[in-house]
Amino acid sequence: MNAPQEWHAAAAQVPDSAPAWPPASEVISALKTVLPAHALLWSHEDTTPYECDGLTAYRQRPLAVALPESESQVEAVLKVCHRLGVPVVARGAGTGLSGGAMPHAHGVTLSLAKFNRIIDIDPVGRTATVQCGVRNLAISEAAAPWGLYYAPDPSSQIACTIGGNVAENSGGVHCLKYGLTLHNVLSVRGFTAEGEPLQLGGRSLDAAGLDLLSVVVGSEGMLAVVTEVCVKLIPKPPVARCIMASFDDIRMAGNAVAAIIAAGIIPAGLEMMDKPMIAAVEDFVHAGYDLNAQAILLCESDGTPQEVTEEIWRMQEVLTAQGCTRLEISKDEAQRLKFWSGRKNAFPASGRISPDYMCMDSTIPRKRLADILLAIAQMEERYGLRCANVFHAGDGNLHPLILFDANDPDQLRRCELFGADILETSVQMGGTVTGEHGVGVEKLNSMCVQFSPEEREQMMALKAAFDPKRLLNPGKVVPTLQRCAEYGKMHVRGGLLPHPQLPRF
Amino acid sequence: MQDADAALDRIVQQVREAAHARTALQICGHGTKAFYGNAQEATPLSTEDLRGITAYEPSELVVSVRAGTPVHELESVLAQQGQWLAFEPPRLGSAPDRSGTVGGMVASALSGPGRAQAGSVRDFVLGCTVVNGRAQVLHFGGQVMKNVAGYDVSRLMAGSLGILGVLSEVSLKVLPHPVATATVRMSASQAEALERMNAWGGQPWPISATAWWEGTLVVRLSGAQAAVQDAQERLGGEAVDAQLAQAFWQGLRDHRDEYFVAAQARLSQGERLWRLSVPSTCLPLDLPGDTLIEWGGAQRWLCTDAPVQRVREVAQSAGGHACVFRGDPPADGVFAPLPAALQKIHRQLKAAFDPEGIFNPGRLYPDL
Repeated sequence: MNAPQEWHAAAAQVPDSAPAWPPASEVISALKTVLPAHALLWSHEDTTPYECDGLTAYRQRPLAVALPESESQVEAVLKVCHRLGVPVVARGAGTGLSGGAMPHAHGVTLSLAKFNRIIDIDPVGRTATVQCGVRNLAISEAAAPWGLYYAPDPSSQIACTIGGNVAENSGGVHCLKYGLTLHNVLSVRGFTAEGEPLQLGGRSLDAAGLDLLSVVVGSEGMLAVVTEVCVKLIPKPPVARCIMASFDDIRMAGNAVAAIIAAGIIPAGLEMMDKPMIAAVEDFVHAGYDLNAQAILLCESDGTPQEVTEEIWRMQEVLTAQGCTRLEISKDEAQRLKFWSGRKNAFPASGRISPDYMCMDSTIPRKRLADILLAIAQMEERYGLRCANVFHAGDGNLHPLILFDANDPDQLRRCELFGADILETSVQMGGTVTGEHGVGVEKLNSMCVQFSPEEREQMMALKAAFDPKRLLNPGKVVPTLQRCAEYGKMHVRGGLLPHPQLPRF
Repeated sequence: MQDADAALDRIVQQVREAAHARTALQICGHGTKAFYGNAQEATPLSTEDLRGITAYEPSELVVSVRAGTPVHELESVLAQQGQWLAFEPPRLGSAPDRSGTVGGMVASALSGPGRAQAGSVRDFVLGCTVVNGRAQVLHFGGQVMKNVAGYDVSRLMAGSLGILGVLSEVSLKVLPHPVATATVRMSASQAEALERMNAWGGQPWPISATAWWEGTLVVRLSGAQAAVQDAQERLGGEAVDAQLAQAFWQGLRDHRDEYFVAAQARLSQGERLWRLSVPSTCLPLDLPGDTLIEWGGAQRWLCTDAPVQRVREVAQSAGGHACVFRGDPPADGVFAPLPAALQKIHRQLKAAFDPEGIFNPGRLYPDL
């Protein structure tokens, strides 16, 4: 959501037992002993820039912002905070879309922006060891001289950091073939909530003991603070080509996606846009999108020239058999990038046609694609708001952009209902409330729908195993029993909500 | 369906009673991996009645399957749709229809020849149902590729050797079987083989498996027909007959290759079969014994009489770890000891899932 607002009630999560916070003056004077003066901010004008991340609707100034410059300073800050019982919210570039880096009113925001050094590129072992504040794209740029790159490519890759990617288990448009952050990270180094050094994973393909790395990746900064990451680099495919195919029926487009996978093809990218989105992006980038289409598919193949020729031919056969109304294959790199330009600019294009938009992020089984799009069309009428859809069709990850005007409180209210409805419908269809943006504060309520009280308790116990005092990014990801009770939802799995027509806020 | 539901009810009941009485349980399927990890004596809890595929939609690339289902059964269903488990889990034991269950496959997290390129068991786990030590039936993850709702508990289960709970069902990503495959072999010293494996790994070639033993380097290519052919020409070496190649990779995968047979025979002479997981670029390790290399250099099997401490030190200083895969177990356990900070998290995690300490005590580490 990009609607600026003061503190929002939906974001507040009161713990089941509210701890007593130490006075701000005590926290700041303790931090002053471990940080240089320029690395500690606490006046309102200095901490205000940190009051939100990419989810700007939820804002909260932290007690203080620490900007450590070395691992020993991170360790010292964590030890101070642990001793005093002060929450710590780690922060990368602040591009997250679910409020995962939203500060805690009584906590310290730990900005890791200064950890921006590439430590080592090993072209033979095909790994990059970088500090957590290195930007995603900077890794691929540093590896490029050896024909290598880092595969996960979230849309924000020019700005987002690898530390943030680890926290969110970020995806991108190529993860069906190349995997998520989890599949491309070999090890992380950092600290526990107590300030004890920690290394998970290694340069080897597995590590002794439980696979803690796989649970720390995607834990939204709630289990450990990561300062250094070692990632896999893979050979850059020499060729990439893209097919743009139009369909005059959403269901046929959905079937074509299933048919490509059923034919044994794993495309490098498989994206879909619906008609409202096509209109919005074409008006913005003029890429020559088919304005008559109900849906456009972008199907990319990458690899050696032989592989790509073979795969493009096979995909073309499938798409034609599935009844596409127009099909174009990129002739060169310029045209391929042009095909992608609209998809990559879906968010700014939506920003041009509406004062505000809220981006959702659910995942559904691919076969339910047409069903959810038709359900969303009905919701547009129910809530009186428009919605444009982009879709990582290959892996079932849907990004509906609900268009609204935040200056109209009723539109904001209807938008939130609309969003919650999409998430709950996704869960009913066998999907999940967040595919790649994370829970943060935004989807806490939806977690009550997806998980039972026992499952949420188990997750809370897991957190406590890493962070017994629950000081790392408290209040995110897992909603408290009390909050879910207030949300007033019955737990639903695979069934229908009771009284689906009733508003529940 | 009803049988499986009743079986799950029985397991929940057994867990509840064991937790109440604080008696240890030993989770078992076919028992083909009973040798793996530290030995234990406890009341068996069988998952064998949790059988069957609950959902499989080939175009979704996802299968959901109960934990007691034989891997062999799952694989034949996938094969009918031209799909497979790309991490190539080993099928151990002598009876083909009792060569391991899905639960054991996930809990042990052993992967086969394709691991370096395709990923490990945990990379393919999308969701699971687990009975924790409070006898609660919990679902984590799901049946979709991208899912960041809550902590990724289902992937934590991979390789946990049953110490956190009883897996009752898992959802796995599956992949289409590659269109074309070819295998070549060539002579190479260990050092040459390691150098080549790493150099080739940096090329956009469809190398899907590598193995080196006794001066021979074997490479498998899998992918589009044209790409496999092209890479085969670039690699050189001698093409291996398709049937022979398939038998070789299967033997390697299922530990029936002559290397493993010979290693098994030497266990009685006091040697141990170690699995060393190290960075692929590590030079030949300074250890005596017979070495087989897989995973582009990242997995090294070693049959040796070298002292435990020596093997562990060499693996650790190389940036990896070593475990006694078969043979006489060291007093402090078969897996590499953990640093203190990790030990603490392990203990606390164990308590978070299994507060009474009933599941597979000692199997992963003596104090867990």
